[in-house]
Amino acid sequence: MNLFETIRFAIRGVTANKLRSGLTVLGMLIGVAAVILLVAVGNGSAKQVQDRISQLGSSTLTISGGGRSTGATTQDFSLTSSLVPALSDHGTAPHVKSVSPVVTTSEDTAYEGTSHTVPQFIGTYPSYLSAENYSVAKGSGFTQQDVDEARKVVLIGSTTADDLFGTVSPIDQQVTVNGTLFTVIGVLGNKDGTGFTDPNDVALAPLTAVEESLTGYGPLNQIIVQATSSDSVDAAQTEVTAILNDKLHVTDTANEPFRVLNAAQLLSTQADTAQTFTVLLGAVAGISLLVGGIGITNIMMVTVTERTREIGIRKALGAPRRTVLAQFLVEATVLSVIGGLLGVAAALIGSQFTIVGVKPVVVPASILLAVGVSVVIGLFFGSYPASRAAALRPIEALRYE
Amino acid sequence: MRLGRRMSANRPADAGRQMNPDRQGGHTVTGNRPVPEQSGLERPVLDVRNLIKTYGAGETAVHALRGVSLTVQRGDYVAIMGSSGSGKSTLMNILGCLDIPTSGRYLLDGVDVSRLSDRQLALVRNRRIGFVFQSFNLIPRTSALSNVELPLAYAGLKSAERRRRARAALALVGLADRENHEPNQLSGGQQQRVAVARALVTAPALVLADEPTGNLDTQSTADVLGVLDRLNRSGRTIVLITHEPDVAEHARRLIRLVDGRIVQDARQAPLPQPRHLAQAVDA
Repeated sequence: MNLFETIRFAIRGVTANKLRSGLTVLGMLIGVAAVILLVAVGNGSAKQVQDRISQLGSSTLTISGGGRSTGATTQDFSLTSSLVPALSDHGTAPHVKSVSPVVTTSEDTAYEGTSHTVPQFIGTYPSYLSAENYSVAKGSGFTQQDVDEARKVVLIGSTTADDLFGTVSPIDQQVTVNGTLFTVIGVLGNKDGTGFTDPNDVALAPLTAVEESLTGYGPLNQIIVQATSSDSVDAAQTEVTAILNDKLHVTDTANEPFRVLNAAQLLSTQADTAQTFTVLLGAVAGISLLVGGIGITNIMMVTVTERTREIGIRKALGAPRRTVLAQFLVEATVLSVIGGLLGVAAALIGSQFTIVGVKPVVVPASILLAVGVSVVIGLFFGSYPASRAAALRPIEALRYE
Repeated sequence: MRLGRRMSANRPADAGRQMNPDRQGGHTVTGNRPVPEQSGLERPVLDVRNLIKTYGAGETAVHALRGVSLTVQRGDYVAIMGSSGSGKSTLMNILGCLDIPTSGRYLLDGVDVSRLSDRQLALVRNRRIGFVFQSFNLIPRTSALSNVELPLAYAGLKSAERRRRARAALALVGLADRENHEPNQLSGGQQQRVAVARALVTAPALVLADEPTGNLDTQSTADVLGVLDRLNRSGRTIVLITHEPDVAEHARRLIRLVDGRIVQDARQAPLPQPRHLAQAVDA
């Protein structure tokens, strides 16, 4: 009895009950496809996050926080635009390219009876556009002179422009923002989203104009610092932190009242999250693979019981123990390998589609792993029923009804 | 001296080599072994001494066999009769190496079967014994030809050789035109003849038939008995179990079992002359 012969017998055994074998294979198929596909989805979403963050610009630092400390002595740690000259000083901060103070508010805007709430109405400096990778698609950006003179001009995102103006060209039109008239001087180019907010539903205006007419002269929400290059982000972060500690008279440097967020840090945090997500999905899929394996054991047990008499006949005709063992083991493996291969095919087809907004990226290792695991499952879960079949005494097996 | 050589050739370790393909391919029942001149000197195919088989233990123990001793010479045709519970099926299962006796010695073709390992027993079942069951026991959903090929597959023969021999065996039982039929497409008598073909395809020393006609109508019974008669005339040793007297009439020797003991052992026809053995059929 060579291996080829054994495989032929096993395939005959598998095809003898097509529906049952088909369902078992289906269980295996789902398990393997789930592993490959879910890992691909996890991997795809990780890739997506990385792409978005790299689009954000990896050379920016976001300073946020401030406020008043509630210690023994009341101290004002608020971020104000008075910090900007110190942060942009090339002597103390050689790695800083630009500094953009930011105030953010949400404002109702109106144009000729159409109203629209802009969730992010940002007052800032012109340098903000390059730091945040904004581009001006139509019209022009505002200048430092506009900031100095607190001119009420505004740049709007494409979503905002569509909502307020429809087909009318927004350039040089006047919009009412919380009772104050602002002149639209430009429309921003499209930008991909990084989270839940639409980055194209935004309005950018000179900081002074926003403070004067909308928010008042309170603390800043953020200061965006652009480093000279993505390699000097860490150096810039050190300089910025030192300057802030000095200017805000921070004594407890271990527990700073502000946070300096680094896009690279954000990237690694997000990548970690995506990694956890992938592992979690893989584990869930692994469970379904295990269930598929148990399905194989179950079917093989039923098969052995049902074919006890046949095993008896085979043994009476001189089938050695290991031949019976091999036959049932190969049968289980054939089931799991067919299931595994079909699962790979299903996963590869499934990965062509976008799943819950994520384009799956198949990890080649997951295919090898899933197929390997399916073979091992066949051998492992098939070995118990197979050894039970092989251990049957011929006379007992023949008497079995 | 010759006897000694042959005994050594029959040691358990040689059980596998004994029936290798080229020997099986020979056209005599005994392969290329020397044909004995005198049947009296020949080693018996079956030599059973004081066989006891007990099921269970203590007060509930059932004594199926209470000391059966039996010798069957080559070429004989033995019918074992007995009412149900007389132990004849137990005896048959032990003779067929499907079951092991509680005590006693069983020499099959000179080999002490009780000392064989599981693996060697499988070899003995495969090459020395052809078993015909009352309920046919063909593998379902498998063609007649494949069923007959099965023992040869376990013997490790090549596919083409297997097919040739299986066809020859089917032709011998008159079913050459049914080789692609599955068991459920065959009548009971045809199924049993396929089973007989399967039993003799390995050219075994002994064909055991456990009530082979028990499930058959008169015509099929006649067909199957005709095949067995022909096999015996061509030199095959046959032991069959039956409780039908007209089936037992076909045999050369009749043994009656009652309560696990042989109560009658009568010769109905003489043993065939050794020259018959020389012209045995395997084609």
